[in-house]
Amino acid sequence: MTTSESLTTELLRFTTAGSVDDGKSTLIGRLLYDSKSIFQDQYEDIERISVRRGEEGVNLALLTDGLKAEREQGITIDVAYRYFSTPKRKFIIADTPGHIQYTRNMVTGASTANVALLLIDARLGVVEQTRRHAIIASLLQIPHVVVCINKMDLVDFSEDVFNEIHEQFEAFAAKLDIKDFHFIPISALKGDNVVTRSKETPWYEGPTLIYYLENVHIASDHNFIDCRFPVQHVIRPYNDDFHDYRGYAGRVAGGILKVGDDVMVLPSGFTSKIAAIDTFEGKLVEAFPPMSVTILLEDDIDVSRGDMIVRVNNQPDVTQDLDVMLCWFDNFKPLMPQGKYAIRHTTQEARCIVKEVRYKLDINSLHRQLEDTTLQMNDMGRVLLRTTKPMFTDSYKQNRITGSIILIDEGTNRTVAAGMII
Amino acid sequence: MNYHINHLKELESESIFVMREVASQFQNPVILFSGGKDSILMTYLAVKAFYPAKVPFTLLHVDTGHNFPETLTFRDKLVEKYGLNLTVGYVQDAIDKGLVTEEKGTNASRNGLQIFTLLDEIEKGKFDAALGGGRRDEEKARAKERFFSHRDEFGQWDPKNQRPELWNLFNGRKNLGEHFRVFPISNWTELDVWQYLAQEQVPLPSLYFSHRRKVIERDGVLLADNEHILKKPGEDVFEEVVRCRTIGDMTCTGVWRSSAASVQEIIAEVATTRLTERGGRADDKRSETAMEDRKKEGYF
Repeated sequence: MTTSESLTTELLRFTTAGSVDDGKSTLIGRLLYDSKSIFQDQYEDIERISVRRGEEGVNLALLTDGLKAEREQGITIDVAYRYFSTPKRKFIIADTPGHIQYTRNMVTGASTANVALLLIDARLGVVEQTRRHAIIASLLQIPHVVVCINKMDLVDFSEDVFNEIHEQFEAFAAKLDIKDFHFIPISALKGDNVVTRSKETPWYEGPTLIYYLENVHIASDHNFIDCRFPVQHVIRPYNDDFHDYRGYAGRVAGGILKVGDDVMVLPSGFTSKIAAIDTFEGKLVEAFPPMSVTILLEDDIDVSRGDMIVRVNNQPDVTQDLDVMLCWFDNFKPLMPQGKYAIRHTTQEARCIVKEVRYKLDINSLHRQLEDTTLQMNDMGRVLLRTTKPMFTDSYKQNRITGSIILIDEGTNRTVAAGMII
Repeated sequence: MNYHINHLKELESESIFVMREVASQFQNPVILFSGGKDSILMTYLAVKAFYPAKVPFTLLHVDTGHNFPETLTFRDKLVEKYGLNLTVGYVQDAIDKGLVTEEKGTNASRNGLQIFTLLDEIEKGKFDAALGGGRRDEEKARAKERFFSHRDEFGQWDPKNQRPELWNLFNGRKNLGEHFRVFPISNWTELDVWQYLAQEQVPLPSLYFSHRRKVIERDGVLLADNEHILKKPGEDVFEEVVRCRTIGDMTCTGVWRSSAASVQEIIAEVATTRLTERGGRADDKRSETAMEDRKKEGYF
């Protein structure tokens, strides 16, 4: 790849979730191998270990299982990040284990993904785990979902089997909130419809997996409508060249900010105009997600970290009451009713109290459990929080950045939960 | 108007975001500077993140005493150019005081000894966040690293008990005496780094470019001949046209047969190579989990 090509390469993040047997590692291995992203020494490394452990053939799963405990137990315990690129796009894979106790990892991997890859074993069809993955993809609002019906070679590449699973999934997914999904019959082991089109599936007219990943439209995955600029850091050079310079550094969370725009700063409510959008390379006329820039205002008003710059006529909710879908992460303690936690939202930090757990969500069926509302590790539930100061929020559906929070246990400093604002 | 930015800009924006988060969440952050391209990139991104103000991080170099001379010259120029604060921790001091024992034999390296000096400097300087140039594509244990990676009071990493990291919400809370390692360029690959350095025309140490050098061959890896390497019988010194893909301690950094003399040629080489850059690192070859084991103890 030359530099001129790299100038137009987009970044796509996708997440894969699956269990030991559904061929997920093989699929990732296939994508890495066919895109020439597995290096010779890495391959020789896992070849050597496979032989030593007496395995048949080279175990591609060893590429993704990095930690000693994982290799010993043959399981994946954490999110692993993998990278590969084609001339069109650079891909970041958040590879997460699919076992029920690792819901938190799936949620973590899903939080930044453009695309979710769901694997279904063609012999088994839609199973509980498939439903759980789809529900998480839906709750985390992953914009695109690809359902890979794998091991087609073991069902003689049968169109009927493919259609049946397709229908099964559609029937179930009708209850979910997934904007865009797509079905591809593949054999990760043999490579059918992964990178090269299969001769065995003449009845399938859709794209190969890699073609899909290279071409799926992700430019609209950000919110370009509602201007949101959480102030991250105030830049004051205190030197002679930039004597009165006061810049507000941050990453655009939504909308397109332009020089001259009338803006309001929350929570103070003071209004001003954008005087300049500054970067190391020079000034810009506009900035949009996910750019990191520095904004200068025309008026000298008091702005600090945690404040948010928005358009006067398009403001987020300013509220101390948050209604969230919470995923509990901590393995030491469950969510405490009336418990107090530190909360992080954009660049703000505050404290909050749990006012009510309205229901626990069964993430295999979407059923609301009203009786049992204890949230243990990997549980999800609808929770009302009251914060010590106002937060500037949008619904998660509207904006993943301004609609998300994490909770921190103030005693242990652990991140104990993640929440999506409803 | 098409509102999208390319992958290099997006990676840059992500790294800048992480650095600004470090400046806001910590009192006294430090950049771990090795003189390699990743730490040069990090320093460059830090300059961008806080422009036109100065970088609010100190540069910490752990000096094994076995540096390529080019590395030190380059480091000092960089510090001067951007008006940075530099702190150097010397492994030799720890050896002289008897705090660590030097390895013996032909494969002796001070690589592992750096851990002591690194943790000692972090404690002495009261640094509460140390920014490292580690990338997830480098090594299998690093593939599981967080951007904000917690270290206990002994500087240890507990990979099975990491804090989940979602969206762009980073939790840098800690108790007194603990610190964080932060990896702002986690999501960059070797190719991304080179493409970016080319695009931005960032100056680099001459070691990265093809040159003629005296080398020896050990376990299939070429090592630059130098006074710190104890040669085994039969290890003859010969000349080769080589370059470094990574720069570390002279005793364990392999050099690479290459005629790539410009960044563009390096990009072409990296894009087609079949070996990982750490393939030449003797320190990673000691065992299957060499990196994980060192990281748990507090390595970079």
